[in-house]
Amino acid sequence: MNRALRAAVVLGAGLLAGLLVAAILALPVPAVRLPTLVAAHLPASGVTHPVTAVLLNFRGYDTLLEVAVLALALVGLLAQSPPRELMHAPSPGEPVLPLLARVLVPFLILSAGYLLWSGAHRPGGAFQAGAVLAAAAVVLHLARLWPAWDRPGRSLRLGLVGGLLLFLAVAAALLAGGTLLRFPPQLAGTLILLIEIGLTVSLGLLLAGLFLFLAEPRSLR
Amino acid sequence: MMSLTFDLLLGVALLWSAWHTLATADLIRAVVSFIVFGLLMVLAWARLDAPDIALAEAAIGAGLTGALLLDSVGRLKARRRPGDNG
Amino acid sequence: MSSGLVYAVVGVLLFVLGAAGMLLLPHLLRKILAFNLLGSGAFLTLVGLAQRDGSVDPVPHAMVLTGIVVAVAATALALALLRRLHALSGRTQLADESADE
Repeated sequence: MNRALRAAVVLGAGLLAGLLVAAILALPVPAVRLPTLVAAHLPASGVTHPVTAVLLNFRGYDTLLEVAVLALALVGLLAQSPPRELMHAPSPGEPVLPLLARVLVPFLILSAGYLLWSGAHRPGGAFQAGAVLAAAAVVLHLARLWPAWDRPGRSLRLGLVGGLLLFLAVAAALLAGGTLLRFPPQLAGTLILLIEIGLTVSLGLLLAGLFLFLAEPRSLR
Repeated sequence: MMSLTFDLLLGVALLWSAWHTLATADLIRAVVSFIVFGLLMVLAWARLDAPDIALAEAAIGAGLTGALLLDSVGRLKARRRPGDNG
Repeated sequence: MSSGLVYAVVGVLLFVLGAAGMLLLPHLLRKILAFNLLGSGAFLTLVGLAQRDGSVDPVPHAMVLTGIVVAVAATALALALLRRLHALSGRTQLADESADE
């Protein structure tokens, strides 16, 4: 990219920044107040935490599509790796990191369970719980207690897509009653908890898979 | 006024760490700077009363993305031909 | 100026910085870093603007949560593509970008 083009991009970026900042400083007061709408419908949503209500109930369709996008990215990632020979779990090196991992991972799994449960009435939920589970898997791998993942076996495949399939099944069942993902108020809490359990397991495996399918088995380095 | 000063300082720190991520010559420093940026973002989310986002950003944004990037930089450097510029 | 507005402005600047970085930096890993900065800037602006009068709005919180997960998915896929390119050809830059850096 030659000098003139680079200068033009930098100039254009500066101009864009200026225009955008001026635009957002001149924004009028919004006409619709979303927090009031959310608070008004919160009792019928099945949970008491507004962010979880928006994520799983009011905008549940976005969450459904997002898990599908994550699964799609993992499929794309798997398509890049050439087939590798199966490696056994390599022997651990120094003692400190595996010991730390062995102490930490049960707490991480427990925390994930708590975060999943607490999402109904305080900050938490399936995404945070799934992320903590993925962190536990990565910690185990870095401590050389768990090998990198190769081709996924049947149970791993089921775990990876199980949450998405459960969500789709609930959506299909609700679709039979009329609108897409319209939870009946008396069932909403249970359905959301069910979906969140499936999502936590799947998200944890999907996010862990993003790292562990890319990591090469240590002995090959 | 005090809290606004903190927000302004945090904003400057965010912009500085972002600039450093893109401008520094060494790739590993760039990734470390990006992780620092992620942790500063967690502070920003806390300031914006968004604990859900702060939790997710800490675990996914700074943690998982940082681990992915560090792993990739290590892989790229290990197989790099001598004389290449990272 | 409220704290929400401060973060909205910071978000806009991060967005432009990330966009310029994606266009100008030839190394593919730096493009991925710039892409993440761009995304984080967009998220900050989304929440900052909604909360510019000081209130807490749960709808952009949910949207940003979704966005963070999608961003890490895109980053992981981009890194996988980069590693494949590097494994097959040894390059970390696209062929039509001349190495003047």
